Amino acid sequence: MSFLQAAALLAVAGCGTAVVLTRDPTRQVIVTGFFGLLLAVLFFVFQAPDVALSQIVVGTVAVPVMALLTLARLRTRARRRDQP
Amino acid sequence: MSRRFRLSLFAVGAAVLAAGLLHGLAGLPAFGHYHGVYGTVLDRVTVSERHATDVITAINFDYRGLDTMGEEFILFAASIGLVVLLREQRDEHVDAERASEAGDPEQASDAARSGDAADPERTGGEAGSDARVEAERGGGHRLRTSPALLATGRWLVGPVLVLGVYIVTHGQLTPGGGFQGGVVLAAAVILVFVAGGRVAMAPIRPTGAAEALEAVGAGGYVAIGIAGLIAGMRFLSNFLPLGTVGSLLSSGTITSLSTIVGIEVAGALTLIVSEFVDQRLLVGGRSATEPRSPK
Repeated sequence: MSFLQAAALLAVAGCGTAVVLTRDPTRQVIVTGFFGLLLAVLFFVFQAPDVALSQIVVGTVAVPVMALLTLARLRTRARRRDQP
Repeated sequence: MSRRFRLSLFAVGAAVLAAGLLHGLAGLPAFGHYHGVYGTVLDRVTVSERHATDVITAINFDYRGLDTMGEEFILFAASIGLVVLLREQRDEHVDAERASEAGDPEQASDAARSGDAADPERTGGEAGSDARVEAERGGGHRLRTSPALLATGRWLVGPVLVLGVYIVTHGQLTPGGGFQGGVVLAAAVILVFVAGGRVAMAPIRPTGAAEALEAVGAGGYVAIGIAGLIAGMRFLSNFLPLGTVGSLLSSGTITSLSTIVGIEVAGALTLIVSEFVDQRLLVGGRSATEPRSPK
């Protein structure tokens, strides 16, 4: 295993822990985005560029955007319930 | 369920999982030493048999083309399900909104009362214009988007779109293909939304276009498969001329299938995101992508 691969594995492990330790959902979404990007780097250094490409877009754009929109929706819904 | 009981339950589960994982990992081949027959054979024969230089795309859209069709329809079904769910709820919201706009006395007084209760700082005179305050609050939210984000977003839309088209069409040559490129294309649409494109998107109404693209992508995959039958071969067999290795129009149906999947994925993700955005904006008081029509 090369140095790069070990570094990528460690970075993913560290960022994964950071995602779990972030308790505020909105911040967690942003940290998840970075986690997704690190995963893409991991896939790339393990010679899977196809998977890395999907991971970049899905992990750093699609999933965070959907999670943010869902959070926004839940929030406005809660506000609506306060004032029906 | 007490905390202690939950912890002991977790300990048992974690121990079983760890034992299973260790057993499985012990049986793995050494790092970097792959000995699978299927992969080794395909790695050797793909370029000569299919004229595709990216083995992964050749596996996805030719050797295991039927599996990819299933995969594509999973995405299709998931996005349709989500859209049905969101539209069902949107009807509720629009109805409630219309009721308060029409001045339904019971609802309006309810709103005034709860508005007072929820916001003690607000004086009694303002409570009546609850809906307007709500809309203004939503508007203020959007205005606070930083100019740097808007500018970057606008500049990135074009390049990301081109990158998406490139990745979709070059799937048979370089890493990439329909799934990856389709998501990149959808990311361009997301960028338009991020870059304050609520107004820009309104006249385009991406929902209808996305629905059409998704349908074309899903149906097109099956159509190419059936075309193989018509050509006198199996379903999803590679019946088109294979072309020269390394050129854009090579690898026969691999290229067509990859492109059609790209269209499907881009359509599905655009549909999902624009439905979500529509929801968000509706609650702010207005619909961005759909005209409000009376039932």
